[in-house]
Amino acid sequence: MSKADACAAILWFGATMYAVFGGADFGAGLWDLLAGGAERGSRARARIQRSITPVWEANHVWLIFILVVLWTAFPEVFAAIMSTLYVPLTLAALGIVLRGAAFAFRKSVEGLPARRALGATFALSSVMTPFFMGTVVGAIASGNVPPEGNGAAFSSWLEPLPLLTGALFVASGAYLAAIFLVADSHRAGDSEMEGYFAGRALAAGLVAGALAVLGLVALHADARYVYERLIVEGLPLVIVSILAGFGVLALLLRRGRRGLRPLAIAAVAAVIWGWGVAQFPYLLPTSLDIAAAAAPGPTLTSVLVVFAVAAVTILPALGLLYTLAQRDIVGESGE
Amino acid sequence: MPGPDALLLAASESNLLAARQMMAFTLGFHIVLACIGVAFPALVLTANYIGLKRNDPDAMRLARRWSKVAAVTFAVGAVTGTVLSFEFGLLWPEFMERFGDVFGIAFAIEGLFFFTEAIFLAIYIYGWKRLGGWAHFWSGVPMLVAGIGGAFSVVAANAWMNTPQGFTLDAAGRVVDTAPLEVLFSPAWVYEVPHMILAAYMVAGFLFASVYAVGMLKGRRDRHHRLGLLIPLTIACALTPVQIFVGDVAARGVADHQPAKFAGFECIQETGPNQTEYLGGICTEDGVKGAIGIPGLDSWLVGFSTDTVVTGLNDIPPDERPPANTLLLLSFDAMVGIGFAMLALAGWLAFAWWRRRDIPATPWFLRAVSISGVAAIVAVWCGWIVTEVGRQPWIVQGHMRTEEAVTEAEGIWFVFAGTMLLYAALGATTILVLRGMARRWREQGEGGEAETPYGPAEEGAGR
Repeated sequence: MSKADACAAILWFGATMYAVFGGADFGAGLWDLLAGGAERGSRARARIQRSITPVWEANHVWLIFILVVLWTAFPEVFAAIMSTLYVPLTLAALGIVLRGAAFAFRKSVEGLPARRALGATFALSSVMTPFFMGTVVGAIASGNVPPEGNGAAFSSWLEPLPLLTGALFVASGAYLAAIFLVADSHRAGDSEMEGYFAGRALAAGLVAGALAVLGLVALHADARYVYERLIVEGLPLVIVSILAGFGVLALLLRRGRRGLRPLAIAAVAAVIWGWGVAQFPYLLPTSLDIAAAAAPGPTLTSVLVVFAVAAVTILPALGLLYTLAQRDIVGESGE
Repeated sequence: MPGPDALLLAASESNLLAARQMMAFTLGFHIVLACIGVAFPALVLTANYIGLKRNDPDAMRLARRWSKVAAVTFAVGAVTGTVLSFEFGLLWPEFMERFGDVFGIAFAIEGLFFFTEAIFLAIYIYGWKRLGGWAHFWSGVPMLVAGIGGAFSVVAANAWMNTPQGFTLDAAGRVVDTAPLEVLFSPAWVYEVPHMILAAYMVAGFLFASVYAVGMLKGRRDRHHRLGLLIPLTIACALTPVQIFVGDVAARGVADHQPAKFAGFECIQETGPNQTEYLGGICTEDGVKGAIGIPGLDSWLVGFSTDTVVTGLNDIPPDERPPANTLLLLSFDAMVGIGFAMLALAGWLAFAWWRRRDIPATPWFLRAVSISGVAAIVAVWCGWIVTEVGRQPWIVQGHMRTEEAVTEAEGIWFVFAGTMLLYAALGATTILVLRGMARRWREQGEGGEAETPYGPAEEGAGR
């Protein structure tokens, strides 16, 4: 594996972390949106808030990580994506600002109207952000980003595959969020919320699965290279994703809780790596590959060194944060 | 009728102005929050340390409340910082394409520190009740390191834009080789990095102190307010003389490395010795009008002798001269002026403490402190105007012009207008939320600490 390939793998690792943990935070926003009126939804909202409060900012940093690794290791790709897909990216950035700020503000204001307005802002932007990020990924896979940049501002992403990918991002985030919330409710001994989110996890899983199948059809139509590699080289990952997805389904129906989260994470992560394998060796299929887009050697070495440092410092620290949060040592109640 | 080329040129000029204004506006907004993010750990940990060491409930209450304030400001800082990462690519794609692999190295390191701060901030803020006192204190220490490290990385990237090095270009202008350490430690980092870290500590220190000064002026003169004033104010005042020294080194560094920028903000028209230092005024091609001039001082400040030859704008090619010289001149003077006013404030506090072990008795002292926070922010803005406008027309000094870097995308003015509205709402809401928290704390008095920035309506509803 070349240094450039290793940097691309790091990029995919960051994307996986963001899709799983950041995606679940966005998905929790969707459940907040759908929780119903202030009275009826208060219990679900309190659960959601408790689960994501201590971790969402750390999870958000994966996005910064992806952007920085992309522009440092593959600057041409970064510039091409940014100068072509500036419409969905601007909307995603807007969603990020609204989501983060509204979430932090929501419970620090008094009065139902203000809380409701901020809550709605948080919830709506939690749907909008992953959707537009998904359109960006779909547009890249479709080959709509020319390597020299400044591609079509609208038709590059207003196509079936990008729009389906956007919907898939929303659904998979909602799926992961519901699974995590089932586990959190279970741990807190709240069987009502456990059942509430289990039902939603089932629904989101089915929707995400259906969208994935539709995505495959769109891939066949609009991104032939990616499709052909996905069903050959990427086949093992596709199978892993399907098996993990059915595993989750079976566990949910049998009210099993052990292994629920790892299986759900595997189902989503396998899709992301399947996409990576299917695109390989291209970053912009089929016009710009990893080797051609790569930064000079010393820059790639720097990225690898920084990642190595992150692997021994940041990942354990994140593990510590998650562990403390899971054991309720760190959380809103500990504030 | 203008031809298509002329129209294209006009469009890109319009984009350039819009992109520059938008970058300046969003950076100016974010920098205030970034300053709090960098320096807040030192303030809160100081209060926390005093609280633990002396078993001081007032100091502990301050630390707890400050950490709740940080929960709000860090969230707003995180999202406005993310916007800047997007803007690099959305507004300056050509810059990122050509040089992303060079100065991105600094940002990759910044990512480590950002992660560290986000993780340990969460542990610190949400670990007050369940972690032991000292374990909780130590969980906050990585934030302190991360704040300083993060500031180093970001400012080192900016320093590189001012004094670029550590890369090799081929005939087509593509970067073909890099030297990461040279990129990280470009000549300007030596003065830019400490200047900004000190500035961040001063902004946070004076800003936090000013809140308690206002409270004391309203008659709330309890120990809680005195301590809340003194901890941040002492830190900020102690660093002020150091900052003035670093600033002086920085100005000489700029004179050395970026003579066009220096000539721009000092309004030096003709190269030569015995340059006059002007305070205020309007910069014209015939020199400064309506200013107080001190003959020879400028040369002396640059080389410790009035014989020191200082480069004037006449030796800079016309298309490489910085724009808006009056803005640069006034920004620089305002920054230095505010710095010396803060030095006077620091001296005043030190004198009163030396004589009476107390803050100066007059309300004028509190009035001065109460405006010092805003003054510190204005000084930071002025400093960044000098740095960034003074580097124009370059985005990478001597290598890439800002006009070459800007996007061809349409609708930048539209997005900029929307961003201004969004940020106005964001800024106003942040202030309202923080004021609401302060009001509730006052109403609750000593006991009630249940209210949290994020707190769910009904604690433990699910159990």
